[in-house]
Amino acid sequence: MVPLSYYLVLSGFLFACGVAGFLIKRNIITIFMSIELMLNGVNLSFVAFAAHWHALSGQVFVFFVMVVAAAEAAVGLAIIIAVYRTRETLNVDQVNLLKL
Amino acid sequence: MSVGVFILVSVIKSLIVLVVLLTAVAYTVWLERKVVGHMQNRWGPTRVGPFGLLQPAADGLKFLFKEDLTPPHVYKPLFLAAPMMALIFALTSIAVIPFGNSITIGGTNIPLQITDLNIGLLLILGVTSLGVYGVALAGWSSNNKYSLLGGLRASAQMVSYEIALGLSLVGVLIQSGSFSLRTIVEAQGGRFWGFIPRWNIFHGQFIGFFIYLMAAYAETNRIPFDLPEAETELVAGYHTEYSAMKFAMFFMAEYANMITVACLATLLFFGGWNGPLFGPPILRALLPVFWFGAKIFCFLFLYIWVRGTLPRFRYDQLMSFGWKFLLPLAIANLVATAIAVAW
Amino acid sequence: MSFHLVLFLAFGAVCVGGAVNLLAQRHPINSALSLIAVMAALAGEYLLLGAEFVAAVQVIVYAGAIMVLFVFVIMLLNAGEEEETKGSRVAVLLGVPGVLTGSVLIAWVVVRHSGTEAVAIGALPGHPTEIAQLLFHDFLLPFEVTSILILIAIMGAVVLASKPEATARKVD
Repeated sequence: MVPLSYYLVLSGFLFACGVAGFLIKRNIITIFMSIELMLNGVNLSFVAFAAHWHALSGQVFVFFVMVVAAAEAAVGLAIIIAVYRTRETLNVDQVNLLKL
Repeated sequence: MSVGVFILVSVIKSLIVLVVLLTAVAYTVWLERKVVGHMQNRWGPTRVGPFGLLQPAADGLKFLFKEDLTPPHVYKPLFLAAPMMALIFALTSIAVIPFGNSITIGGTNIPLQITDLNIGLLLILGVTSLGVYGVALAGWSSNNKYSLLGGLRASAQMVSYEIALGLSLVGVLIQSGSFSLRTIVEAQGGRFWGFIPRWNIFHGQFIGFFIYLMAAYAETNRIPFDLPEAETELVAGYHTEYSAMKFAMFFMAEYANMITVACLATLLFFGGWNGPLFGPPILRALLPVFWFGAKIFCFLFLYIWVRGTLPRFRYDQLMSFGWKFLLPLAIANLVATAIAVAW
Repeated sequence: MSFHLVLFLAFGAVCVGGAVNLLAQRHPINSALSLIAVMAALAGEYLLLGAEFVAAVQVIVYAGAIMVLFVFVIMLLNAGEEEETKGSRVAVLLGVPGVLTGSVLIAWVVVRHSGTEAVAIGALPGHPTEIAQLLFHDFLLPFEVTSILILIAIMGAVVLASKPEATARKVD
């Protein structure tokens, strides 16, 4: 029997690592991966609470989070490819002017 | 049964299945060389042992003693890890494949399957999805333009045909009502009108079977879909820079994938181990395994027959076939099955 | 030290290690592989909570499709190691302590406000049949809306990633 708070602390830690990666990293692809890490942390919270409250909707909601993450990853990566084609760099510090 | 007996039985089953699978992989290579040789009006291996039956052993020794060369500018961690990943994922899906009914040894009922998961079929789909990494990372880490192109093409092909593969299986799932492979096979027992077996291929999944077959040929990178590793195209695709044991791991992974596909086709569309049973109880316990093996052998022969006969698709033809033909056909099959079952 | 706790800690250690490795690595391909490890360990955690279908879908969709997309883009764009700029040094100096403080605060609040409720191993078995009942009856509208969202994402990705000459020709 594992206390519920253990799952929530793990979920919170994953979310915090995602936020840290989003703020610290300079490569646009790594920033996107930190967003995925945040979403995964949230998924763990959903499933843990579903098990705690015996409500299956928590598990169903994880599907919607995954679908949104997939759609966002697809469009985001397409945007990254388009930005790379024009600016030739993946470093966000160098994509700081609206004009090329 | 108690925990200790359970663990002991599971370990023994895993070891037996692993040894049988690796031997089957080696002899599938032999079978392919013989059959393709005869189709091309030549003998195939004949010198090492009777009918060349010791050829796989000779090949294994050759791979062990070859020089294991690591080119200088590769990305070493992934270069070493990619063939291991390919082989691990190829061998994992055999864990949920049932080989026959349960047998009773000394009072304990032992199902002939390493584990019967509620989501057995999903595990196989998941492991197939993860198998893309072995190919993609091998191509990228080799630091070679042919490998990179071959790796990208192979992984794009595998990802595209995974969808048609999954959808072709959903028709079977709707009819059987469960993801557990044992339940799916047991639903195919019995006969229509006394002599046509109740296999899923006769029970409405005829188109589903052909979609599955074509998608599976593309997933395992076999002719007619083997452009990413064709020698005339991209040197050797993603395994250009690999030699000796690492290449042998890719080779084994490809044939293990073939065997898994053949096992799945048998279980889902051809009734698994269902077949005529006769004779004393010991024979009745072993005959299902024999029928299962015979059906798998037919599928492997079909794989090799197609390899010897058909030309390969060009890459754009391959991709448009997967997305513009197989995917709509699989969706149509799914809708038709759902309507038929709901009626 | 029940078996449940041991398994939870094992998968949890892989999650934590993968998340920290994602931050520590400079080459994006290493970060991608650490993220795949995190997702696989999370699938294990979901199995411990009984959510078998969610665990399978996590491996098939997240680790097997979305992360393949990331690895593809990293391979296509030939992403190299990150360079250290002034901005990145400032971010690390401010970011790491800030996020550590935030996460410790969250953990403290969570632990203080939850009692001794424990979750048994396999607490809520998420069989595909029951999940399908919920998904296609109670959650039918979100389901259809997400399918339209995927359609929009497909069209957006195809348009954005296509070669500029092709779209320019279409405008003329």
